[in-house]
Amino acid sequence: MPILSVKDLQVTFDVRSAGSWPWTPPRKLHAVGGLSFDLEPGQTVGLVGESGSGKSTVARALVGTVPASGGQILFEGQDLAAMSPQERRRHRKDVQMVFQDPLAALNPRMTVGDIVAEPLVTHHPETSRAEVKKRVGDIMERVGLLPNLVNRYPHEFSGGQCQRIGIARALVMKPKLLICDEPVSALDVSVQAQVVNLLRDLQRDMGLSMIFIAHDLSVVKHISDRIVVMYLGRIMESGPAREVTLRPRHPYTQALISSVPIPDPVLEKARPRPILEGELPSPLSPPSGCVFRTRCPKAKPDCAEPKDRIQREGEVQVACPYQEVKDALAV
Amino acid sequence: MKLASGDAKLLDETAQLASIRGRSLWADARGRFLRNRAALLGLIVLVLVAIFALFGGYFAKYEPDYVDFSLMGANAYRGVPSFESGHYFGVDFDGRDLFARTVQGTGISMLVGVVGALVAVVVGTLYGATAGYIGGRVDNIMMRTVDILMSIPFMFVLILMLVIFGRSMFMLFLGIGLISWLDMSRIARGQTLSIKNKEFVEAAVATGVRPFTIILRHVVPNLLGIVIVYSTLLVPQMIIFESFISYLGLGIQEPQTSLGALINQGAEQMNNGTLWMLAFPLFFFLVTLFAFFFVGDGLRDALDPKDR
Repeated sequence: MPILSVKDLQVTFDVRSAGSWPWTPPRKLHAVGGLSFDLEPGQTVGLVGESGSGKSTVARALVGTVPASGGQILFEGQDLAAMSPQERRRHRKDVQMVFQDPLAALNPRMTVGDIVAEPLVTHHPETSRAEVKKRVGDIMERVGLLPNLVNRYPHEFSGGQCQRIGIARALVMKPKLLICDEPVSALDVSVQAQVVNLLRDLQRDMGLSMIFIAHDLSVVKHISDRIVVMYLGRIMESGPAREVTLRPRHPYTQALISSVPIPDPVLEKARPRPILEGELPSPLSPPSGCVFRTRCPKAKPDCAEPKDRIQREGEVQVACPYQEVKDALAV
Repeated sequence: MKLASGDAKLLDETAQLASIRGRSLWADARGRFLRNRAALLGLIVLVLVAIFALFGGYFAKYEPDYVDFSLMGANAYRGVPSFESGHYFGVDFDGRDLFARTVQGTGISMLVGVVGALVAVVVGTLYGATAGYIGGRVDNIMMRTVDILMSIPFMFVLILMLVIFGRSMFMLFLGIGLISWLDMSRIARGQTLSIKNKEFVEAAVATGVRPFTIILRHVVPNLLGIVIVYSTLLVPQMIIFESFISYLGLGIQEPQTSLGALINQGAEQMNNGTLWMLAFPLFFFLVTLFAFFFVGDGLRDALDPKDR
């Protein structure tokens, strides 16, 4: 049984145009429109897509800082989306999140020790000070920080260290599910590798299930078991990580993969590049039918028709009837 | 053996490492503030004025409400400031010792200023932070209430209150407390709006921290810098406000006095050759205000987020 099962998740935001009357109904922005995927215990699902594709909104809906406007978030069989705020609060310790901007995610007025201890003190206020100190020290050591840094403040640390503090805070309650919202995109490449490897080690040791969000496919394929490719709040392609990265089917996935540089000048020069033109359309007025058709190199007239386009092939799902398998190196 | 001593040294070093203290943003700000000469001078002057107000009474030869009838009508030449007579600052129109009265007036004026600022800080910050953090309709209702309260000309309301319910310290504090927090709540709300979208607040929400705890633990400490600056600038505003009320003759009641009341009485005698009645209270009034403004300026520079 999957630990997390997302079914037809919808997230909409109300957008008020400037200068409108208070009683005019706001326009709906569909940030996430009908997202479904499963996460097996101990595995990692990678969410990829360019900026504005709704990845972070999915993370926020899963962790509960943004309300889901439709669909189900089944965590161990219980629907998180349907819970009252009080009920939900009790489940929060099982689902924790690592944030994109390491420094902004830490309160500048609190010491590192207080930051890491906050989930512990919140969910178990009866814990003795010595016990809190011990567990904070343990987890800080586990993420590769010296425990004697507890009295320091976030601005005294580097980006990579701040991200380790963020990970320590997320893991101090020993959650079952960890949501990483672009945890490495604000770090430089050498530190990225350290943090990704740390996350993999922690996942193995603590039996974590993970959702890993990134706009960089090369990072995601390194850590994920399954990959979900998103565009404008919808799934374009999903499947096992190797299948999606090595044999992309959807034109959007192919374009994403072609944008990852190959660290070999000869191969890099030789391969053709289908470059995506234009900008992401506004989610306030998404294109009819297939949302990707305005930028798709293979768009046909009937792509504008609203219909179910999902094609299943083994474990892979592709939302395009004109999909064809391409080798990752040849796209 | 050598190895063992090396190990011992390493252990020593590790033990020293065990107690690394961080430099908080507050400590940084304190350092910047203490390097600012004008602000430091302002703080020293404030401390001196506070000492004067608290302990000056012990040096006075007369009680503030003791009337020396022998001086009546002879103030201009027999009530002049002098050390021999014990009237260091001279006497006021009624023949009372001006030194003792200035001590009392300074104390009451500072009390009014500090109480007003304190009410502003506690009520205004919590009110504004709550409105800003909850947002939506609650925010609208709370802030429109503030708008309505602000649109009432409070000086008239306060004067009416003092006339109807009688002039008393309590009424004055009530009146000052009623208006002082309005501006503060707006400032706190504005800051909260930007703080609540920071990721560390989201992290706290995701952790499951209760909204009120988030306001107290994550929002308020981060807007305190601006609140402190504003409140040090609010204290002199409150003192001026009280002085104005007292100047109109509605504030502090006799035999109690405040700097505003003393200045008022001194100004009435300006043409009678007894300028000291105006000069001494005015000196303390101005020095206190300037000191507060310098301290406020220094705090603003020290806590300025752009400096971080």
